[in-house]
Amino acid sequence: METYTLTVNGQPKQVTADPGTPLLWVLREDLKMTGTKYGCGIASCGACTVHLAGVATRSCVVPVSLVGDRPILTIEGVGQDSVGRAVQAAWVSEDVVQCGYCQSGQIMSAVALLKSTPKPTDTNIEESMGGNICRCGTYVRIRRAIKTAAQELK
Amino acid sequence: MSTTANTADQLSLSRRSFLRVSATAAGGLLVSLYFDLPLVAQEAGQPKPKAYPPDAFVHIKPDGTIVIQVNRLEFGQGVQTSLPMILADEMDADWLHVVAELAPAADVYRDPLFGIQMVGGSGSIAHSFQQYRELGAKARALLVAAAAEQWKVPPSQCRTEASVVYGPGGRSAHYAQLANAAAHMPVPETVPLKNASDFRLIGKKTRRLDSRPKCDGSLKFGLDLDLPGMKVALVAHPPVFGGSPKSVDDKAARSVPGVADIFQIPTSAKGTAVAVVADKFWTAKQARDRLRIDWDLSSVERADSSQLWAKYKQLAGTPGGVAVARGDEKALDGIVAGNLIVAEFEFPYLAHSPMEPLNTTIRFDGDRAEAWAGSQFQTIDQMAIAQVLGLKPEQITFHTEMAGGGFGRRAVPDSHVQREAAAIARHFTGTPVKLVWTREDDVQGGYYRPMHAHRVEIGIGADGMPSAWRHVVVGQSLLMGTPFEAFAVKNGVDETAVEGIVDTHYDIPNLHVSVHHPTVNVPVLWWRSVGHTHTAFVMETLIDELATRARIDPIAYRRKLLKPDARKLRGALDLMEEKSAPWRAQLPKAHAVGVSCHESFDTGVACAAEVSVENKRPRIHRVTVAVDPGVAVNPLTIESQFQAGVCFGVSQLMAKGAITLKDGHVEQSNFDTYTPPYISDAPVAVDVHIVPSTEKPSGCGEPPVPVISPAVVNALSHLTGKRYRTLPLVTV
Repeated sequence: METYTLTVNGQPKQVTADPGTPLLWVLREDLKMTGTKYGCGIASCGACTVHLAGVATRSCVVPVSLVGDRPILTIEGVGQDSVGRAVQAAWVSEDVVQCGYCQSGQIMSAVALLKSTPKPTDTNIEESMGGNICRCGTYVRIRRAIKTAAQELK
Repeated sequence: MSTTANTADQLSLSRRSFLRVSATAAGGLLVSLYFDLPLVAQEAGQPKPKAYPPDAFVHIKPDGTIVIQVNRLEFGQGVQTSLPMILADEMDADWLHVVAELAPAADVYRDPLFGIQMVGGSGSIAHSFQQYRELGAKARALLVAAAAEQWKVPPSQCRTEASVVYGPGGRSAHYAQLANAAAHMPVPETVPLKNASDFRLIGKKTRRLDSRPKCDGSLKFGLDLDLPGMKVALVAHPPVFGGSPKSVDDKAARSVPGVADIFQIPTSAKGTAVAVVADKFWTAKQARDRLRIDWDLSSVERADSSQLWAKYKQLAGTPGGVAVARGDEKALDGIVAGNLIVAEFEFPYLAHSPMEPLNTTIRFDGDRAEAWAGSQFQTIDQMAIAQVLGLKPEQITFHTEMAGGGFGRRAVPDSHVQREAAAIARHFTGTPVKLVWTREDDVQGGYYRPMHAHRVEIGIGADGMPSAWRHVVVGQSLLMGTPFEAFAVKNGVDETAVEGIVDTHYDIPNLHVSVHHPTVNVPVLWWRSVGHTHTAFVMETLIDELATRARIDPIAYRRKLLKPDARKLRGALDLMEEKSAPWRAQLPKAHAVGVSCHESFDTGVACAAEVSVENKRPRIHRVTVAVDPGVAVNPLTIESQFQAGVCFGVSQLMAKGAITLKDGHVEQSNFDTYTPPYISDAPVAVDVHIVPSTEKPSGCGEPPVPVISPAVVNALSHLTGKRYRTLPLVTV
């Protein structure tokens, strides 16, 4: 077991964990931040997406020992800035969610997209959102919400 | 301090029900509806519930919040919003202050038709529409009566809006102010319900109540549950259904810090598994990975997909148990080869793979227990837990947790997840234990939509219409051996295997359908839209083939073949034709349109899909759906269900969209090998149109699924000239 100091949503957090423990489980079980979801454990569904130093990352395959001093942004903190707030607001106004379980990851991927590409095309959207599974199939409304958020941020 | 007024209720749906109102200690009004078990359950010989538990449907709090209990699981389908809408509309409650809660397991929350607490058969709105309207109307009547008494005016001079009663002379009172007095009013036996023209919420596009917490990470799903001292359990299941350990070497596993215990538990397939209990998920996972188990698979049947196909194909060539025999059985005999279609179809096992992996938490306290699960079958799961723990169902407090999808996977007649959880919790009296199935456990764990083979022989008449239709279906029965067998298995035919064929709305004069139900060592389960997942594909691709042969427009062909009384399908077909006409008239080069129509769960649906081929895969550019669901309670939910439901249906077409078995072992293990649609596999745009109706509402959860895969494949056939009769669609 090792002790790590992580920066999560701007706050320093100390955790003691086995170095191989995926960041996902440190967030969920040690820090009790359950907004980040477990879906597959093999980086195939995107439910666990967080931003690591601004990059959308599958936290289920990142060992806590490799996080280092990179800041972590999760769904609980994504509303701290205007892009995150706009995406969350668009998700609500477009009534995107169904079961909602994948949507933390969808929102984290969408925020990363809009931060790098403020006016995304359909192709940009498919590329950036292409690793996030929504089993309910809400993709039509996800597309629409991303465009709504982009419009709001203009 | 509570006052109770029990009154026999004369209204149709709940003719054996009793309404009870009470004031709460903190002030406020509780309205509860209690009813004897409905007819269905009584006829099945189930015992009557002994006591009415003190659960309410409506709670008006002193601060004006109105809490409405939802008698079903919310797992995406939107009932957590639409059932409260129904009640709030009749009650004239202020929607901005309505809060919805998922009700725990209790007799009062049983489905009025099915007699158990459940979500299934797309029945949430269909079965509880009347129930929730009556509850709302009675709550309103009590509040009006309280105001009228205070003001000494006749109730007829009062009106209500947004949680306020208005009386003559400008008087008004908020429901919260009237709640205590209302609790002492006699409950009216019957109350008038609103005319549709007076609806304020029903029929209005209304956003979900659960969006915000699902967008900021604050909503707790079952898997997110965290209780003091809680432990997490994982289970190593046998690699072939029904296997058992010969020997278990758990030395390395036990050496993982945080492991609490490792022991054997029974599995639903009469095998034995090894449970690992630890302080956290990751600890349990590390320990499970270190187990060395020598499995005894000697006495279990090893299912094998390729062998099963051979067997199914052979069976499909022989008549099975008769599901329907209409007209002349020999009508096919006189048909010349040129007017005959013989078509064989193959459908694989399908996993549901809801995004939230299966889980259940139980704390066993000796003489009682508490359970938390996102369950479609509260009554059945509660009974199963009680049985394993040696308790009575009423000794189990069963919380309904918000669930991350389900699609049928959380409606399991044998409650195998809850049984495992209970078997584990028994070892830890006083400590909550959360059982988690990993994604691999889920993909490999069985309870699949069964494999099916269909063989269809069609004789074509001089008018190009099918004059004779002989159809053999082969597939495991979903219902045999379950408590539902008595309802839907007749003469050895499981109706869920042939729904969508035997009740087809096409006018086929000579129709003969028969079924074989082989027994296979693979647990099977309903998958969103059940039999329609495969029957609609067969019917709608063959109808399209017939239309092509007859050189008749596929929409016109369907309209010609539909029976005159197929009102819902005709309405949906007309609306789909109208709404898709502009884009169908301007298809880009190398794009084609495919259509389909299918009625399921009393909802008529028609669909047109614009498709091209990209990288040997179907690219679905656009889908137009028209639907007749009766009264559209929340058109926004219906639009969402259809937009997303057609994507769920595309699962069947995914190249890696099959579960296969080799020598008893499931060959897929996670989303890399069993792959649901990603955003680029899904339709880019879906427009949904609702046929206006005043008929009672029908289901919208499942009916989107059956129509899409035949529509897409019909478009592909127009593009390539090939017929697609084997799913998944590995190449175009």
